Amino acid sequence: MKINLGFQIAKSLLLARWKQTLVAAIGVTFSITMFITLLGFMNGLNELLDGLILNRTPHIRLFNEIKPSLDQPINFHNDTTEEYNFIHSIKPNGGRLSIYNAIPIISKLKSDKNVLGISPKLSAQVFYNVGETDLNGVINGINVVDEQKLFAFDTYVTEGNSNNLNKVPNSIILGKGAANKMLANIGDLIQVTTSKGERVKLKVIGFFQSGIQDIDKIQSYCSVETTQKLLGVTSNYITDIQIKLNDLTKAPELSMYYSKLFDVEAIDIQTANSQFETGSSIRTLISYAVGITLLIVAGFGIYNILNMMIYEKMDSIAILKATGFSGKDVKKIFITIALSIGIFGGFFGLVFGFGLTSVIDQIPFNTAALPTIKTYPVSYNPFYYMIGGIFSIATTYLAGLFPARKASKIDPVIIIRGK
Amino acid sequence: MIIPSLEAKLIQKEFHDPVTIQVLKDINFKIDKGEFVSLTGKSGCGKSTLLYILSTMDTDYSGELFIDGVSMKNKTENELAKVRNEKIGFVFQFHYLLNEFSVLKNVMLPGLKLNKFSEQEIEHRAMEKLRVLGIEQEALKLPNQLSGGQKQRVAIARSLINDPLIIMGDEPTGNLDKKNSVIVFDIFKELAHSFKQTLLIVTHDQEFAANCDRIIEMEDGKIIST
Repeated sequence: MKINLGFQIAKSLLLARWKQTLVAAIGVTFSITMFITLLGFMNGLNELLDGLILNRTPHIRLFNEIKPSLDQPINFHNDTTEEYNFIHSIKPNGGRLSIYNAIPIISKLKSDKNVLGISPKLSAQVFYNVGETDLNGVINGINVVDEQKLFAFDTYVTEGNSNNLNKVPNSIILGKGAANKMLANIGDLIQVTTSKGERVKLKVIGFFQSGIQDIDKIQSYCSVETTQKLLGVTSNYITDIQIKLNDLTKAPELSMYYSKLFDVEAIDIQTANSQFETGSSIRTLISYAVGITLLIVAGFGIYNILNMMIYEKMDSIAILKATGFSGKDVKKIFITIALSIGIFGGFFGLVFGFGLTSVIDQIPFNTAALPTIKTYPVSYNPFYYMIGGIFSIATTYLAGLFPARKASKIDPVIIIRGK
Repeated sequence: MIIPSLEAKLIQKEFHDPVTIQVLKDINFKIDKGEFVSLTGKSGCGKSTLLYILSTMDTDYSGELFIDGVSMKNKTENELAKVRNEKIGFVFQFHYLLNEFSVLKNVMLPGLKLNKFSEQEIEHRAMEKLRVLGIEQEALKLPNQLSGGQKQRVAIARSLINDPLIIMGDEPTGNLDKKNSVIVFDIFKELAHSFKQTLLIVTHDQEFAANCDRIIEMEDGKIIST
């Protein structure tokens, strides 16, 4: 049979029952629309929440940890096997937080092809002096250009220009929570006490708001040089090397490698933030489940309509078979009907889905916890549109397959003799 | 040797539900090219059952059936559909026209399925058949705008579109009034005599049968005269 002939017959059967056809197509359109909207919305939210932590977390962090020596002095005695060792608490002594050979390590990492970028960092424990009170605080010394590039630092600086950190000497970007407590405004001088007892005045050039309030109350940012000055250390004093990789999935493996290579502690993003990945994947799973359920319901609609059409068109099927159309041809015709409902319904579903997500994207959404978000988060990942399209065709094909097989098995003798 | 259009050899058929009844017993006959044959008998004698076996639509029988000298045994459903499309034209008691298509398209459908000629050629041939049957002015109407007699003539035109080896009719005049019956019969006669078309018509209309060239008479599943 020429394909064209099958199409013609399918088309006229469809148009003869255009209202039913429309209802079936609307069913598919509705479910695909909801599928796209749901996934777009859900994943927009996922990306936002992941971004809150994951974007700002280095894929690998190299640092030094002060910990007791694994080789306690008593262990060097060989003759303790028959006696009991009571000495078990030799505390760490004079450990340093800074990474040995930080500068050569950085230049070595910069030439590593797995590495997207590096940002050195050092932290200093301080007290913010507010009148008579001292507030706990941590000042992070950062290289602001690297931070902007790798960790979207600017997104979290809600007021002021972060670039001034390099330009204004002794400048600080205060956490919003800390600033509120200190009643500090941009341009004000604040005073901090370092852990070694020195008092330093710093100029506020901006506010930082991460969306996680506990962080905003404590953390502030200075340039690496300012922080080194606060701590009274030399310019090779770096406590953390933050690495961003080209491929996030390699982080656990590379973190072990770097840890051995440079003889430092290393932690990868997967270990540090495993809970986020779990949350994201379960949310995605739920939205797929809902979307597929909708499509299956639409599939049953198509199945019913095609079944009815077959009962109505029994005579036509019988005569087609009598005049030389094989069961296969009849099956093709009914599958064509089902697929055209699926393709048209699915196409409009994708279009409407895009429309609806765009509308959601415009709805204002303000929350104190997420200062950078002004509207509902939405993802336009083309992958979901592809999945939606494929699902709409696959479900309608399956919904059409059974009625089509039934139609192909109709015995024309029974129909024709029955008249 | 001239190959007969249709040959039945020892065809037998049984219905098994609810009890086994033999409906056709040892059917043997030939129809040569150009013959106008009627198959008659009382209601329930098995003439329609035989026709559907001869038409290849019913494959549940024993014995052998030859169409144009080729055995229909062991042919797949697809191959049988092809045989029906190419070699057999059907006219039933009911017209079985597809209401979604115009008269012309209805006539063209088996031709489009055969796909031997281009669509224009098939359309031209379909118009030709309609003209022969005197209904060419109805070509673009839908079947449900036609009278019963006209519909049956469209069905005849449809059966002719692929120039079949044989036309089979199952009570083609059964639903028609006297006047239209006569018209349809005259058409068959004209086809048989002017176009040398082979026809096998099942009928219980004695008058209709009497006017055919040859009568095959059946009783209780057996042929009693050919």
